[in-house]
Amino acid sequence: MARRSLPLLRHLLHDSTVAAAAPPPQPLGLAGSRRSVTYMPRPGDGAPRAVTLIPGDGIGPLVTDAVRQVMEAMHAPVYFETYEVHGDMSTVPAEVIESIRRNKVCLKGGLATPVGGGVSSLNVQLRKELDLYASLVNCFNLPGLPTRHENVDIVVIRENTEGEYSGLEHEVVPGVVESLKVITKFCSERIAKYAFEYAYLNNRKKVTAVHKANIMKLADGLFLESCREVATKYPGIKYNEIIVDNCCMQLVSKPEQFDVMVTPNLYGNLVANTAAGIAGGTGVMPGGNVGQDHAIFEQGASAGNVGNEKLVEQKKANPVALLLSSAMMLRHLQFPSFADRLETAVKRVIAEGRYRTKDLGGNGTTQEVVDAVIANLD
Amino acid sequence: MARRGLPLLRQLLRDSAAASSSPPPLKTLASAETRRSVTYMPRPGDGAPRAATLIPGDGIGPLVTGAVRQVMEAMHAPVYFETYEVHGDMATVPPEVIESIRKNKVCLKGGLVTPLGGGVSSLNVQLRKELDLYASLVNCFNLAGLPTRHENVDIVVIRENTEGEYSGLEHEVVPGVVESLKVITKFCSERIAKYAFEYAYLNNRKKVTAVHKANIMKLADGLFLESCREVARKYPGIKYNEIIVDNCCMQLVSKPEQFDVMVTPNLYGNLVANTAAGIAGGTGVMPGGNVGQDHAIFEQGASAGNVGNQKIVEQKKANPVALLLSSAMMLRHLRFPSFADRLETAVKRVIAEGKYRTKDLGGDGTTQEVVDAVIAALD
Repeated sequence: MARRSLPLLRHLLHDSTVAAAAPPPQPLGLAGSRRSVTYMPRPGDGAPRAVTLIPGDGIGPLVTDAVRQVMEAMHAPVYFETYEVHGDMSTVPAEVIESIRRNKVCLKGGLATPVGGGVSSLNVQLRKELDLYASLVNCFNLPGLPTRHENVDIVVIRENTEGEYSGLEHEVVPGVVESLKVITKFCSERIAKYAFEYAYLNNRKKVTAVHKANIMKLADGLFLESCREVATKYPGIKYNEIIVDNCCMQLVSKPEQFDVMVTPNLYGNLVANTAAGIAGGTGVMPGGNVGQDHAIFEQGASAGNVGNEKLVEQKKANPVALLLSSAMMLRHLQFPSFADRLETAVKRVIAEGRYRTKDLGGNGTTQEVVDAVIANLD
Repeated sequence: MARRGLPLLRQLLRDSAAASSSPPPLKTLASAETRRSVTYMPRPGDGAPRAATLIPGDGIGPLVTGAVRQVMEAMHAPVYFETYEVHGDMATVPPEVIESIRKNKVCLKGGLVTPLGGGVSSLNVQLRKELDLYASLVNCFNLAGLPTRHENVDIVVIRENTEGEYSGLEHEVVPGVVESLKVITKFCSERIAKYAFEYAYLNNRKKVTAVHKANIMKLADGLFLESCREVARKYPGIKYNEIIVDNCCMQLVSKPEQFDVMVTPNLYGNLVANTAAGIAGGTGVMPGGNVGQDHAIFEQGASAGNVGNQKIVEQKKANPVALLLSSAMMLRHLRFPSFADRLETAVKRVIAEGKYRTKDLGGDGTTQEVVDAVIAALD
């Protein structure tokens, strides 16, 4: 397959044609199972696809470059249109949005969001402009990477556009600030629908809604109503609800009870980070943001965390999260065989344990991990 | 001391004289092994029994408050309880209960169930707002003999208790669209920051971490951070840093030893406290309380609204450890440090032995068995 796609790739780099596709993201779930189904492509499926690439800030350029190298080594039918965007810009440049609308898929490193007043978060802005209403993080134990918690395989589906992140704040009088949390039936319904559809398509058994409706009765109450309505349409999938503080406690004591979790914006952020932390850290969990027409793939949790100066200088950032997210992207683009090869190689490298970056307890550099992954490709 | 206290107690139960005092902030229970070497020299009259309001509450509440009552009697502690029935489905807390707490200044409480959905507002929240108990404190630490996935945990979460996301101001703008107000004021942020630093100072803590999400909620959490930074300047001996709440959750589960005292607004505090309680052994063992300028209510540290399920109540297998340790905090608050130490030591001995443990700690004991073991371990 490598020999066929290379001339195709060269051919299509001259004229750019884009195939349309809008499938939902798939989980990477359990490590041991290899797909036994042979993928029979339709003619023309191997045509290379254009993907917008935003290196971002901090460790972003380092890890997106890692993905680029691995894609080239695999001769994946994907080519990148790179755009420079930095967290201190006031808005995302118009040509970047144009490019994502055209390509429908984007891969992105983190964009640093300055703390305090002034610039609003570009990560949030991208999600709102393209209406990427579902953020998905898959947190699971990787074999060979010992953690304090076993049997973790949680998918956190988080509403991405409203809730506490509405950005509506004002100072009523000096010293008193009001911040609006907006919950709408429309957004709650579609995130619930996405969560159940995801569970259905990926053979997941249970969906848990996370809320704080004992205190925020109307707001989270509306969210819960929407989830319950959608749950009635999927009788084969178990549905339950859990208050967010109890949820945090259960996550750290018995994480195996959770399967798919659907949450509003803020709780989803915290639950996703906690789940990522118990399963191995934000350096290895893949994730993405998906909407009706577009999808942006990035590091699963803590998208705004672009690492510190030292990591960037020593080039020791962990590329695993973005590599696994790019595998999700390949599956999204309907290249399951490439996605499988990439995932298997990455998991083999982690299981071996020789090339690991600092957050996994090793001392390797980004380049060493990338070389190991490329060597493990079959 | 036991023989002296009993006739005194009897006498004062006949004529009820309540000594007034303005209690200082709560102390930590943390390090298990260190016994206090300082002898407590009381002032004359310090041994006079104190009245404390007792609210058994719902679910496992009556079970665990009964446990505390038994242990207090066994110790002959100079505390007597005025019990009031309050249940989560009442519309408001009865005025005589509030009166009693205002008089006694101290209250011990089991959980009050908060119904989901519209209708009744949370009585736990109502109590805190009425009495202006603006600081909620949970001490999460590893107990010797109780194995957990995380070691070296000793975190105190100080959470703003009256405003933030729990303002209770919600309305439906148009059908299908709801707005919920999160209010942050300089006044409340300042006083919770002051409390946190004062707590750290009085309890020899080295670091205070402010938890926030000011990259997204720039004005609201930005105001909170400003207040924390101002107060931090007045305590140059205490290290201060800030952490975004999502990164904080991740750090809590991977490297909890980096945290010491954490000060947070209302919602984040709830989640961080429960996560920290979970990693250190569960909400069944962590003590905590709510304190304000004049009053204090002691209850199970985290998940105050979680009153257990029907099965635990029927089988009487609720874990009394959290409320026992909280009542030890209460004894220290009432200036009875020797009783507090005895109670804590007995409870920790029982946990270290491991023979009598309830289900959440991996054992199979009932509440009564644990209580009997604690009473037997008292010295």
